[in-house]
This record gives sequence, structure tokens and C-alpha cells, in this order.
Amino acid sequence: MSKVATMKEAIAELVHDGDSVAIEGFTHLICFAAGHEIIRQRRRDLTLCRLTPDLIYDQMIAAGCARRLVFSYLGNPGVGSLYAVRRAIEKGVPAPLEVEEYSHFSMVARYIAGASHLPFYPLHSLDGSDLPAVNPRIRKVEDPYGSGPITVVPPLNPDITIVHVQRADAQGNAHIWGLLGMQAEAAFAARRVIVVAEEIVDESVIRADPNRTVIPGLIVDAVVHEPYGAHPSYVQGYYDRDSEAYLAWDTLSRDHETLLGWLDEWVYGVSSRAEYVDKAGAAVWERLKPADAWSGQVNYGMYCQSV
Amino acid sequence: MSDYTSAEMMIAASARELADARVVFVGVGLPNIACNLAQRTVAPQLELVYEAGVYGARPSRLPLSIGDPCLVTGAVAVVPMPQLFQYYLQAGRIDVGFLGVAQIDRYGNLNTTVIGDYHRPKVRLPGSGGACEIALMCQRILIIARLSRRTFVERLDFVTSPGFLGGGDERSRLGAIGQGPSAVITDMGIFRFHPVTREMQLSSLHPGCTVEGVQEQVSWPLQVSESLTVTPPPSSEELRIMREELDPAGRLRQ
Repeated sequence: MSKVATMKEAIAELVHDGDSVAIEGFTHLICFAAGHEIIRQRRRDLTLCRLTPDLIYDQMIAAGCARRLVFSYLGNPGVGSLYAVRRAIEKGVPAPLEVEEYSHFSMVARYIAGASHLPFYPLHSLDGSDLPAVNPRIRKVEDPYGSGPITVVPPLNPDITIVHVQRADAQGNAHIWGLLGMQAEAAFAARRVIVVAEEIVDESVIRADPNRTVIPGLIVDAVVHEPYGAHPSYVQGYYDRDSEAYLAWDTLSRDHETLLGWLDEWVYGVSSRAEYVDKAGAAVWERLKPADAWSGQVNYGMYCQSV
Repeated sequence: MSDYTSAEMMIAASARELADARVVFVGVGLPNIACNLAQRTVAPQLELVYEAGVYGARPSRLPLSIGDPCLVTGAVAVVPMPQLFQYYLQAGRIDVGFLGVAQIDRYGNLNTTVIGDYHRPKVRLPGSGGACEIALMCQRILIIARLSRRTFVERLDFVTSPGFLGGGDERSRLGAIGQGPSAVITDMGIFRFHPVTREMQLSSLHPGCTVEGVQEQVSWPLQVSESLTVTPPPSSEELRIMREELDPAGRLRQ
């Protein structure tokens, strides 16, 4: 049975008030379309998990969706601050926000532990840093093999992980190329998974290149077809990162009311990502279209003769 | 009046620190240009690593962020983040790491987390990202910062990424994989760290700058190396590469 659903249906069914939510993707493949639908459906009290909250969580926090943020880098990448997250932390606007803070590597370790069903994960980081002093979940254990104490972090198991991908089949078997981020680990760690794809393809396309499959349909609950669903982040080979949008956000997010005006226009004011794409206009998508750079082909071989 | 900017001086000085380096963990902004300049001058074998999961990048444009698509196209390898942090960084395979900073103390400890109290911050900064593990695990660290008393402080509000902690052998007792900060490249001069006390000392002044001028921008009584030198200004070739090839729009050279 096909798992293909609309974004509206997938979010309504699989994202609930109070859930822990990971919309992952390291700069690449950040599913803004899902974040916007969560805002439109007015989910509340979410625990938002991401290495880099990026503009997507800035928007969701400004919209009042979140109670808690689990993260490792709180910036507008290459630009500056995330002003909505800062307002929530520094001034409690629109509501206070609990934070649980890590470094990138320790967040990576948490997802690995979550995906592997391990009770904790060891790493040689955070020694000498003040982070363990402000985050009691970062602890030390004694190496049973005698090398001394080592830092450990607990597993991260989101209630729901949403991953954007280049292409998937109707079962959610998904191909990703370019930066892989923590898409695989975050998906395997989650209780429920939504795969959002630029293209829905036949299963044979997936099977023709199994090295590129990062997420198996086995762990996927719903598949959503959403072209341009990662804008203003990017999809390698499909559209560029919209640096203009990231720079513009730096200005318009400095004031809460101005930011709410933006949400009114671009999130509440449209009913779907398709409408957002229309509203942005063809010139934007033309500007972001990269020239082609095809990979070489590899030969997997055909093995029909029985041994 | 010199015919180059202080940013160009910082980029050239940073690139020279990479002489003979093989693998460098790059940040955006000045470090990115510095690494690309080094590749074309003192370190032709240099491979660029980005925490987003790229080894051996050959960026065709100046990336705005460390996850730009131009870092992937033409790279040696896209590396899953668990492999990047564990097999490359934690295994000690990265020679040099670049770090920027909001506050730095005399022992090269860095704060990028908060100004004020952590639980009631005056200014909430981005936090660690990969900086803490870069600081602990790259063989040596280069820090790029413009001099100011707000940045070069007596005491950090928060230690995000350890340098030499309280100085002396405190870092080596920690058992960190990397050796710690090797230089702080500023707009007025270059600091290095005393081999025993591990305190920062001014080792080179950029042309036209003075020890007194540097001291005015540093909150603690400045240590000056006995062998204080003058930094050679950017060469015409270094300037040509920066201006014509790496940053023709001048976005980062101001």
C-alpha cells in the first residue's frame, strides 16, 4: 500500500501537541514546508531538536509552537543571529523557551545512540568546556577497560523525524546525495518518520542505485511529494540555497511584529507549499536553478547465473 | 596609508600559518579565503574539511555558509557526519582548525555561548557548533579575531571551547587529542603562546601598529615576546589572488 499523503494529512496524523520533533538536514535538505504546515496547524508545546535550529525553528518558535529546544548551534548560518530564538531565551517573547544545549559532536552522538538503541554514547569531547556544568545530561563514566573517565551523552529519540530528500518511492525508500547531515540517524532514532521528496519515483529507480539509499521504507510512516519544500535551504542538484532569503531574514526577524507579519503573508496566508511556490514566482526558482554537473555512472553488474 | 585592508593582512597572515599543512578544518568568512589562498601559495597539498560533511572541497565560489552546495560539487568525498566527527576529527587526522570567537582570554580559551549569566544571558550567542571538539581534537588551532577589550577579556563569561585552560600543563593533563591554540591572528598583530606558562604573547606586529596600540585593546597586562617582529605585509601576489580570484566582489576583504 502506498504511503503517499499530502503534507496537511501527514502532519495532522503524525505530529501531536507535546511531541519531540526533529526536522533535520545540515544546511542542506531542511524541510521548511513541514515546519510551515506545523505552524498552520497550530501545534503547541513541542520539543524541537536540531543541530542548527536555522530559520525553520526561528519561525516555529516565533509562532509559539515550542516549549523546549535541543540544539548545538544557534545561528543564522554565515549571517548572524537567530533573533526569534534569542527573544524567547533573553526576554520570554512570545513565550519562555527551555534550552538543552550540546556541541555538534555530542548531538551527533545522541542521534547515533538513539538510532542504535544504546543507553549512552561515549566521546572525547566537552572536557574543559562549561557545557557539562549547565547541562546535567552530559555525564562521565569510567572506561571499564581502564583508560579513565570518558564523557557520555544519552540517546535522542524524537517522537517524529521529518526528512527532506531528493527522491523517494511510494514506500519511502529514499535517495539522498550531497551533504547527508543527520538525516539517516535522526530517522532511525525516531518513533515515527515522514519522508518529504522533491520527486516520487518508481521503486526501480531506487533499486538501480542502492548505494544512494539513505532511508529505507521500513522505518517510514508517510511520504509527501513537495517540490521546493526545502526552500530557502537547498536541494543539491535541484535548487541553490537562497542566500538572499537568509540575509533578508536577518533584517525582518529583528522585530517580533515584523516577523509575525512575514508569517501572516508566507505561512498563514498560503494553504500549501505549492501555493508558496506560486506566490514566490518563477523568477525566484529560475535564479536558484544550478547548471548541471552529472556524476559518472557506476556498473553494479548483473548476476543471473546460479552458482 | 597602506594599500591593503586589515582584513587582507589577516587573511595573508592566516594563510602563511598553513605552510605545509595537509588537512584543515575550515570555517566561513576569513578562514575560508585564507585556506584557499594557502592552497594557491604555501600549501598546495591542503585539503579543506567542512563540518557539514565534506573532505577535500574545491569551492567554486565564496560560500555564505559551511553547508553550501558548492562545497560538495567537485569534492574528494562527502562524509556522513558521524564519520566526519569520529574517523576524521576524533581520530586526530586534522592538522589545523580555524576558530572565531566572541571572547578570548590570555590562555586561548574561547567563548561563543553567552554574554552574562548562562541562565539569564544578556546576549545569547550561537554556542559551540563544532567548535568545542575542533578546539580539543585538531592538532593545532588558529584563532582569528579583531582586537578589542570586549573580545580580549580578563575572564570569560563562559568557556565554550578550551584552549590552555588555566595555563601551564592544565591542557595536557586533560588528555586532549590536539595540542591547542598555536596563534591568534588579529588586525594589529599575531600572538603565540609561551611554551611553559601557555600565556598569549605578542609575537609579531603588523606594519604601522605599536605595542601600546595593541595593549589598549587587550584587558590584561600584555606579554610581549623577546623576539617581537614585524609581520611582512601582503605581497602583491597574495593581494592579486585575493582580489582577482577569491573575492572579486570584496565581500570579505573590507
